Amino acid sequence: MPVDTGYAGREYAPNAAFEVGREHLRSFAAAVGAQHPAHTDVEAARALGHPDVIAPPTFAVVVAQRAEAQLFEDPAAGIDFSRVVHADERFTHHRPIHAGDRLVTVLHVDSIVERAGLAMITTRAEIAAEDGEPVATVVSTLAVRPEES
Amino acid sequence: MTQPVLAELQVGQEVARTEVVVDRARLVRYAAASGDFNPIHWNERVALSVGLPGVIAHGMWTMGAAVGAVVDWVGDPGRVVDYQVRFTRPVPVPDPGHATVEVVAAVGALDESAGTARVDLTVTVEGQRVLGKAQAVVRLV
Repeated sequence: MPVDTGYAGREYAPNAAFEVGREHLRSFAAAVGAQHPAHTDVEAARALGHPDVIAPPTFAVVVAQRAEAQLFEDPAAGIDFSRVVHADERFTHHRPIHAGDRLVTVLHVDSIVERAGLAMITTRAEIAAEDGEPVATVVSTLAVRPEES
Repeated sequence: MTQPVLAELQVGQEVARTEVVVDRARLVRYAAASGDFNPIHWNERVALSVGLPGVIAHGMWTMGAAVGAVVDWVGDPGRVVDYQVRFTRPVPVPDPGHATVEVVAAVGALDESAGTARVDLTVTVEGQRVLGKAQAVVRLV
């Protein structure tokens, strides 16, 4: 089944809050080799003016992908994940994510275009605190290869 | 920690250089920490079955590892206000063994009015670029 281009322009309702924990930030930082103490040591983070340990710059992908699942796990969208290749990714941070944050994401499907047999799907996750304060914007483009003929 | 001063930077200036080593165990750690359990990043059989040369690193792992040098240079992870990459080439991770990701960061542009510098990353494995248009914008005021 081909990708349904009719999903372009869709905006999803805000999802359930993502609770950011200290140990999650520490394990993510260790996995990407992020050695700055502000990711692991509360006092080091506070010395820089942050309320708690803060996330490495790409941690927002973890928050965004939970929202993106609303699209990718929708059978009607026709996206076969075994044929997906990540094309590009961009994070814009309105403020750092820190432990204790409760983050709500609104997923937008900005575009679905077919190019040279590939379906290019661009999503935008607008991540905010529960009070509406903007936290991060995550724009991701995936290329879906056509089924083998 | 001394923070870089915007007025003292020049376009083209190298600001950081590092190497990051990745083996299969690190990919398993990243899978757990990120929640990305796509088997092409830990299961050789599945990776080969979809036409890959073997298990490859998560593109998002490479993106996350590459920016560490910029964070350490700028002195506060919260100063990275924008970061983007294109994924241009997969990073095969052998077993046994490891892959070495080389990162060179240089000033790409300066914006005095915004108080930011754009840092361009050259990210290679065995001399071949694995990320394209890898740019981090850091706030320096």
